[in-house]
Amino acid sequence: MSAVTAADTPRVGARRLAHEIGPPLAGLAGLVIVWALIAALTTSEGVPSPLEAWRALVAGLDDGTIVDATLKTLIRLGFSFAIAVALGTLIGLALALNEFARRSIRPLVVALQIVPFVAWVPIAVIWFGATERAVVFVTVVGSFPSMTLATMAAMRQVPPILRRAGRTLGADGWTLYRNVILPAALPGFIAGLQQAWGFAWKALMAAELIIAAAGAAGLGHLLAQEAGDVPALVAVVAVIAVIGVLVDYLVFNRLDRRVRRRRGLLLEG
Amino acid sequence: MSDVITTVAAPAAAPEGDTPKLAVHDLVKTRRSTSSAAVTAVDHVTFEVHVGEFVCLLGPSGCGKTSILNVLAGLDAATSGEALLDGRPISGPGPDRAVLFQEPALFPWLSVAGNVELALKLTGAPAAERADRVRTWLTNVGLEPFADVQPHELSAGMRQRAQLARALATEPDVLLGDEPFGALDAQARELLQDEVQRVWLERGGRKTFVFVTHNVREAALLADRVLVMSAAPGRLLEEVRISAPRPRQLDDVLVARVVSDVHELLMREVDRARIEGSDQPTVEAEVDP
Repeated sequence: MSAVTAADTPRVGARRLAHEIGPPLAGLAGLVIVWALIAALTTSEGVPSPLEAWRALVAGLDDGTIVDATLKTLIRLGFSFAIAVALGTLIGLALALNEFARRSIRPLVVALQIVPFVAWVPIAVIWFGATERAVVFVTVVGSFPSMTLATMAAMRQVPPILRRAGRTLGADGWTLYRNVILPAALPGFIAGLQQAWGFAWKALMAAELIIAAAGAAGLGHLLAQEAGDVPALVAVVAVIAVIGVLVDYLVFNRLDRRVRRRRGLLLEG
Repeated sequence: MSDVITTVAAPAAAPEGDTPKLAVHDLVKTRRSTSSAAVTAVDHVTFEVHVGEFVCLLGPSGCGKTSILNVLAGLDAATSGEALLDGRPISGPGPDRAVLFQEPALFPWLSVAGNVELALKLTGAPAAERADRVRTWLTNVGLEPFADVQPHELSAGMRQRAQLARALATEPDVLLGDEPFGALDAQARELLQDEVQRVWLERGGRKTFVFVTHNVREAALLADRVLVMSAAPGRLLEEVRISAPRPRQLDDVLVARVVSDVHELLMREVDRARIEGSDQPTVEAEVDP
């Protein structure tokens, strides 16, 4: 608790922020330096310098193409991710509860998890045509299996002593799940969300890149359209990476740390 | 043998009359070992515990005393024989029998107060009176200042005190303790033992406590009756009735005498087991770690 109050004073807060984002910034600076060196040493048009990529990024932001594509992509992602989480969690819970279901269906989910999501693209196009629905389908199929497996693992890793304690306190059936097992499974569930987010983001980019739906615009579509313009391609890839990392850090990592700190599962550095 | 303890060679026959609070008759519990052979943990054990009694099951590690407790708690089923609560077969756990576990069994996502409150909520205590009862019990065990703290921030002894508060807040008839203080340091253990003795005395004659322990001093301090068990497979060897006045202290002369008497009794059992040359492990009990 004293750590919390200490962080509230601006100086300590600033130091902690520097401590937190210093190393990743150093990593990024290192990447840009290596990249600039490689670009300077090669004469090929295929390797733009960081500056060229930056200009392409600014141009894309200025004329709105990147902003527009990002918004459309994020809406598509939010929709697909919500479906994947709901579906994955429900199936995961069902498999955790029923042994026969677990033994019969788990291998199928593992198989789905192992098949690269890109493999679904041709099938999705045949089923749904080159449409938004095909893109959503690939994203959901690419991410819900990891959500299912994580939910299942989270439920099964609940320490037996907590179940027993809950039962001796008078909880059984649904009350035991609601008050003991589900809260106890929360950290594992959050880890599943984080992982599924990564899969959904990758699957969506692949789907958008390949499935050029009529009138559709997303970051993946930009990659397909800008095929000749290398600096623009690099700018779009950078945007994809930055969004992925930011959501991972600011949403899932934070959530994960908050839940684990509360339970004493986090070693404070 | 001294005047403060009486030993009864075989398990005492039930006094005729009122129904015992808890009873096990001919209880057998086998468990599957890792090599998949069934191992007998509890071998035809019979005893009864009456309302308001404080009974300790004393025996070496692995003698099956925890198995008996789990059957009484309703967490495990007996292999054969019966376990009764108020004369009716025990079919599952219930809030009428609170359990103090040795391992930390507090819910880590809830604060100390939250843990106690959940117990009240699960037994249907009205929301309006929960906060008061939580505060009362936390004050009782000296944890009021730590109400909003998470369990992992407490010391091991404080965690067990919180568990005690959670177990007793719902006013169960029976408290079952599975070596609840076994992992604590000596000071914390003594505080908890005093706490338990005080709570039991305050509820004078209405609460039934059954504790499992391998610590002779703990049994001598707390129990009206000590059921001494053999090494695996667990059988009842002897019953020791302790009539020393309460509240007892570990440095009471009488308690010290009980400890040495019970210890002597256990040592005799060790010798007997050795002389008989049985292949069973010898009985070992801990006087003080």
